[in-house]
Formats: sequence, C-alpha cells, structure tokens
Amino acid sequence: MIQFEKFTLANGLRVIVHQDLSTPMAVLDIMYDVGARDEDPERTGFAHLFEHLMFGGSVNIPEYDEPLQRAGGENNAYTTNDLTNYYIQLPAENLETAFWLESDRMLSLAFSKKSLDVQRKVVCEEFKEHYLTKPYGDVWHRLRELAYKKHPYRWMTIGKELSHIENAQLEDVKNFFFKYYRPANAIMVVAGNVTTEKIKALAEKWFAEIPSGEKYKRNVPQEPEQNAERRIEVKSNVPLDAFYKCWHMPARLDRRYYITDLLTDILSGGGSSRLYQALVKEKQIFSNIECYHFGSTDAGLLAIEGKLVKGIKIEDAENAVEEQLDKMKNELVSEAELQKVKNKTESMIAFEDMSVMNRANSLAYYELLGDASWINFELEKYGSVTTGDILEESRRIFRKENSNTLYYLSQN
Amino acid sequence: MIDRKQAPLIIDAVNFDLRLKPYQKFILNNGIEVYTIDAGAEEVILIEWVYAAGNCLEEQNLVAATSNFLLRNGTTKRTAFEINEHFEYFGSYLNRSCSHETASITLHSLSKHIGELLPVVKELLIDSVMPEDELVIYIQNMKQRLKVNLKKSDFIAGRLIDVYLFGEQHPYGRFSSFEAFDALQRDQLLEFYKKYYQQGKPILFVAGKLPPDLENLLNKNFGDLPGIKIKAPEAPIQSFIEKKFRINNDPDGAQGAIRIARPFPNRHHPDFLKAQMLNALFGGFFGSRLMKNIREDKGYTYGIHSYLQNHVQQSAWMISTEAGKEVCEATIEEVYKEMKELREELVKEDELKLVRNYMMGSILGDLDGPFQIIARWKNIILNDLDESYFYNSINTIRTITGEEIRELALKYLQPEQFYELVVV
Repeated sequence: MIQFEKFTLANGLRVIVHQDLSTPMAVLDIMYDVGARDEDPERTGFAHLFEHLMFGGSVNIPEYDEPLQRAGGENNAYTTNDLTNYYIQLPAENLETAFWLESDRMLSLAFSKKSLDVQRKVVCEEFKEHYLTKPYGDVWHRLRELAYKKHPYRWMTIGKELSHIENAQLEDVKNFFFKYYRPANAIMVVAGNVTTEKIKALAEKWFAEIPSGEKYKRNVPQEPEQNAERRIEVKSNVPLDAFYKCWHMPARLDRRYYITDLLTDILSGGGSSRLYQALVKEKQIFSNIECYHFGSTDAGLLAIEGKLVKGIKIEDAENAVEEQLDKMKNELVSEAELQKVKNKTESMIAFEDMSVMNRANSLAYYELLGDASWINFELEKYGSVTTGDILEESRRIFRKENSNTLYYLSQN
Repeated sequence: MIDRKQAPLIIDAVNFDLRLKPYQKFILNNGIEVYTIDAGAEEVILIEWVYAAGNCLEEQNLVAATSNFLLRNGTTKRTAFEINEHFEYFGSYLNRSCSHETASITLHSLSKHIGELLPVVKELLIDSVMPEDELVIYIQNMKQRLKVNLKKSDFIAGRLIDVYLFGEQHPYGRFSSFEAFDALQRDQLLEFYKKYYQQGKPILFVAGKLPPDLENLLNKNFGDLPGIKIKAPEAPIQSFIEKKFRINNDPDGAQGAIRIARPFPNRHHPDFLKAQMLNALFGGFFGSRLMKNIREDKGYTYGIHSYLQNHVQQSAWMISTEAGKEVCEATIEEVYKEMKELREELVKEDELKLVRNYMMGSILGDLDGPFQIIARWKNIILNDLDESYFYNSINTIRTITGEEIRELALKYLQPEQFYELVVV
C-alpha cells in the first residue's frame, strides 16, 4: 500500500506528497499532460524537442543543471506519445533548490535562440543514433504508419522525419510552452524524506503565483476500428529476415487492458513462455521472439516480433506464430499458467516499488490517468483476470482484420 | 515577492556524513562466505552466487560464457523448460552473467518464495548437464545475433578499442566470432563446469528483506557443496603499438562511433580515486566539460562520456560517443582541447566545488536500497579491497585540490598516450 496526500493550488497545480523516511533523499517529479499525440502532423517530434529546451535556462535562472548539481542533485526527463515527465533526485535538505528551479521554468523559459539551435542538432543526432544507424531501426516508423490512419500514434515520439525537427522555430517553442506547460496542465509529486506541511509551504511559496493558464482540452482523433488486414514488405540491408505483426488493443483504462497485459506475458517474456518454447526451442523457426505492448493511454498496439533462423521462409514463420495464436483462441490456458504470469506481475510491482523515484513517477502517472490512488489497485485488477477472459480477449485481438504485418527482409 | 534570481540556501553535500551500511557476514559449514545486507521495505530478496569462472579461466574462447549461459538449460532431473517454469511460476528471475574474472548466477525473488527456489539453484550448481541440442540452438542463435551486432558501429568500436588496449589474446580484449561459436564442444563446457563450478567455491551476496532463518536455509542448501576457492590468473597484456584507427563498416552510416582510450592502473593504485574526480570533471556526468562543450555548445552528439573501466587486473580510461559522420574529427579535436585545458589551466574552486557536491549527492542517492548497497560491497570485495576504499573515495572527493587535478591531467591526459578509433 503506497500512502500519499494530495492538495491543489489555486492555480490548478495538483500536488501529491509521498513520505518515505527511510531515505535521506527527496524526489520531485513534474508530469505535463502533453506528448507526441498532441503534435501537429506537420511538426512531429516537437514535444520531445521541447523537453530538451526545458534545460536551456528559464526566465530568472540562466542555467538549469548547474545549481542542481551544486545542491548534490541529479535530474532527467522523458517524453512519450502520451506525456512528458521531469524528475529530480537530491538530498532532502536541499529540496528547495528543486522547487526554485522547477517553478521558474514553469513560470517561463528564457527562449534562447542558441539553445534551440544546439538542441535541434542534438535531437537530430539522437534520431540518427537510435533510428537511422541501427539495423531495423525504422521498423516502428513503418508499423505505426501502417496501423494508425487517424490517431497521432501514427508517428513516433522522436518525430516522423528529421526535417520536422530541423524546421522548428522559436515562435513554435513559445506557443507550445504557453499552451501546455501551465500549472493547470501539470502534476507535481514530491516523495522521500519530506513532510506534507513543508511541501505545502514550499508549493505555495514557489508555484502559487504562476498564472494558471487554460486547461488544455485534448481533442485527438480516435482510431476507427480496422476492418481489413494490412501488410507491407521491406527489403533492406540487414543480415536477417525479421517478422513483425501488431494488433489493436484496448486503452489503458479499459479493464481489458489488464487481460491483454497478462496475455503478452503468457506468450513471451520468459524461458517458459509459449512463443519462446515452441518457436525458438522446439521448432527453431526464430532465433528470438518477443510479444509486447506499449502501455499507451489511448488504444494501443500489441506486437509480436522475431528474427528468423536462416533458411526459414517467412510465410512458414508467420504460420507458426498463427498456430500458437490459434491455440490461445481455442483452448483455455491452465490455471497454473495464468497464476504464473500473475505471480510475475506481483513481483515486478514489488521490485519497481523499491525505488522512491519509481513510486513518485507512478503516482504522477496514475493521477494523470485520473486518480493517484489507482496505484494501489493494480494487483487486484490483475488478480481478477480469469482463464475465460484470456480466451475471449485472444479472440477479440488476434483477428486477421485487426492485424498489421511487416515482412522485413534481408536483401543480401 | 520572492526573488527568483536568488538561489535558496543549500547545505553543501560535501559536509554530509556518508556511511556505507556495513554487511553482516557468516560462513557456511563448508567455508562458503556469505555477505548480507538486510534493509528495505519491500518483501524482496536478491542472492548472487559468484564463481571464479570468468573468461580469464577458459582455455578456449567463449567456453566460460557458454558454460555460464547453459548452466540453466537442463539437469539430470529437469529440462530447460521445467527449470524456467519453476522459477517463473514463483515470479522470480534467475539470471546468469559472465565477466572476466568471475561468472555469476543471480536470483531475484519475493522473499516468501526462496524456500522453493534454493533447492533448484543447488541442482544447477551441481547437476547441470548442458544438453547437446541446447548447445546447438545456442550457437545458432548467438551467431545470428552476432550478425546483427556486426552492423552496428558502436558494437564494432567497443570490441576493437579493447583489443588495442589489451591485445586479442587477453581476456579483456578477446571477442566472439562465428568460428569461435562453431568450435564450441559440449565436452569442453562440461569440463569447465566441473572444474570451476562443481569443484569451485562461490561467494554469496544476499540483500533485501531477509528471512530470519536465512543462514540455516543457505546451509541446508549450499553448506555441503564440495569445492575449493579458485583465483583467476592474470594474463600478459599486449597492447598495440599503433594508436590511430579509422574503420569503415557501413558506407551508408550517418554517425561514427568514437572511442578514445588509454591504459590505466587498477583500483589499488594511489592515483585511482583522484582520477575518478578528474574524470567526473572531464566527462563523467551531465555537467562535465566534454558534455558541455561537445553536446550543449556544439551539438555534435546526443551524449559523450568518459569513465574508468571496471577491471580487476588493469583498467583503461575511456572516452566514448556517437557523433555525426561529418563532425567526428572535429569532436576528437575538441576532446583533446579539453585535455589540454585541464593540463594547463588550474580548475576554479567554484567548478570543483560543484563536482564535489554532485559526486557526494550522487553517491548518497546511489546507496538508496539494499541492492545498491550490496553492489558496492561486491565491487569492493571482488577487487580485494575493504571499506577504507569507500571512505578514502569520500575523502578524496572532499579534499582533492586544483593542483592535484592538474598534476593528474599532466600525467594521464596526454593525447599521444591515447588510442583513437572511429567506426563509421
């Protein structure tokens, strides 16, 4: 059970306090309700580029990182398709430094031209490092475009193409900031060796005067149900043929999400999982195979991917995968197999909760989804899933007309 | 109105009283040493069995890593699938890893389940059979993985720089190849397993919320293992004479993987802890000079780092980055410029203070939780050091002077002593 207290400032900033006196550290986590799904299709990658610019100095503080390091702190941030998260860990005695830094950049950025020029280049290098120079690095660019026709999940967080990042202007940066980076659109979690009383005082002192801003109303087009299977084939300079297939799955707040999550664990994720045992060990069709999903807030994708053993035809590999999925659709999994993946989930949550940082991050995320207290009901939700649910969900998801297949073939 | 230009008062982290929580140690009936840290709120436990079974001990390339990997893939009583199913049913993770001096088996589990898991771990340690068909699958899949990795410039660069530093024959420089995978024989693996696992003696590291009967439980399962303590031998180092290398791996590559490195003594050398401070300043964290110049000012890269390799016999000082193809040479030039500045200019106390505080805060944060604490102890113990190493490092962070830093830079940050590699 993770305890916390919650209050809201007059400007709409939601604050959550989670006390843990066993650590000498404090964590300050601010989550903004904006991600790549909120971007203009002609200016993709902007939410993430913007995250970089948040470190380029704020209106009263020219350097973000230095004062924090001086206080013995560390920080980082990440952007996903759904949200942007900034977090600081520092000795609890110096917590006010974090309030000072975070409130100033929520007040306003410095909007430095130099910072934009440099970070455009840095992000372009990040793009190259992770998506251009790595073999199979463009797979999810292609698959997202195939699977989504309307929803902005059709591009990746890093952006659709380098030119979108290269063309970003200072004016875009300002507009983005004042639209999304307002107290009404943010959640702050303070965790560790702290008291609610102290946090209330600090929050009032540093954040209360920031203008509330208008709460951003998300109006993202939802993806219509897919009615026919889609397939593409790519030939590329890669050493091995690879098979990718993905299906639309339920949104994060749907009860079916928990069923789907367990379903992926039954199929893959351990040495005794079905796909690994049948297709890597017994039939030796794949040299590796994985089944996973992205945990997206809106309706997401469940994917299976694997590299083929040399000499195997990709059509045969696909049939072998389908054979395993047919089993999921036609036979109940055993109670023991379901219990196994539930046990795995239980221990995963316990390991994650060891770190104050993770707890702070999760609290912010559940609050963003709707209510921080949901953090304490996850296990119960997984626990309620039955073997019948798994069967039914397999039938709903693994339909041909719901599928998107990519053959990624070696041209050598 | 608050004055937002004014930073709040801070307590300098250098003044913190940093303590490394002491371990509890006990010895099993057969002399096996067990180091434990009992801490944390979650009902979880980590147990690691560390054997002298790294690649320093193999006579043929990949035998140590493969034995370590296949240890989990079958005993006389259970198939690989049954073993996996057992550990996974209890929501636990059984991992293995092979390094140079040592090889490990690591169990992460909810504390309540270890009674069910330890007997099977024991089975793996004394009764693994490494079935032929498991080996065949392993070789096939590892060769496929190697094929993909050979397309990555950072993978190639990481292998080659170690070869230049230590020589191809040294365990730190030796790397995998298709031929080495093909040459693996089950008999050799079993022989290695017998010599270094069945007849070797592990050290155990345990951390988490520990059950009260831990000692009994470990004695019951591991207190009767035969075996003697083995020490990994040191191999001769044959570093390359030539220093500069440019490799073209992918004609369409958009980036170059840059590695710049020099040999450096191990943790017992009096300069080691001081060099950690110089390294932090140079390229060891986000606010370092390399990062500020090459990422935050020039935008040549997504990240650039320097570090001292964590080796027992001999370390190396490494600078590592991936930079745009067209700015690789400019990046290298800037790295040398930063070395020059450290050799010639005395670091200002203000910058040094920042690094001191940052390092102290970072250690404080890093000691948070039983798994992190035991990891520190493990590193100390496996390097034949004791807790004075930890307290000396804290002391060095607090007291090192600008002059000492410049002296170190003069001694070690000389470009002609560095190997230089770009793989595009």
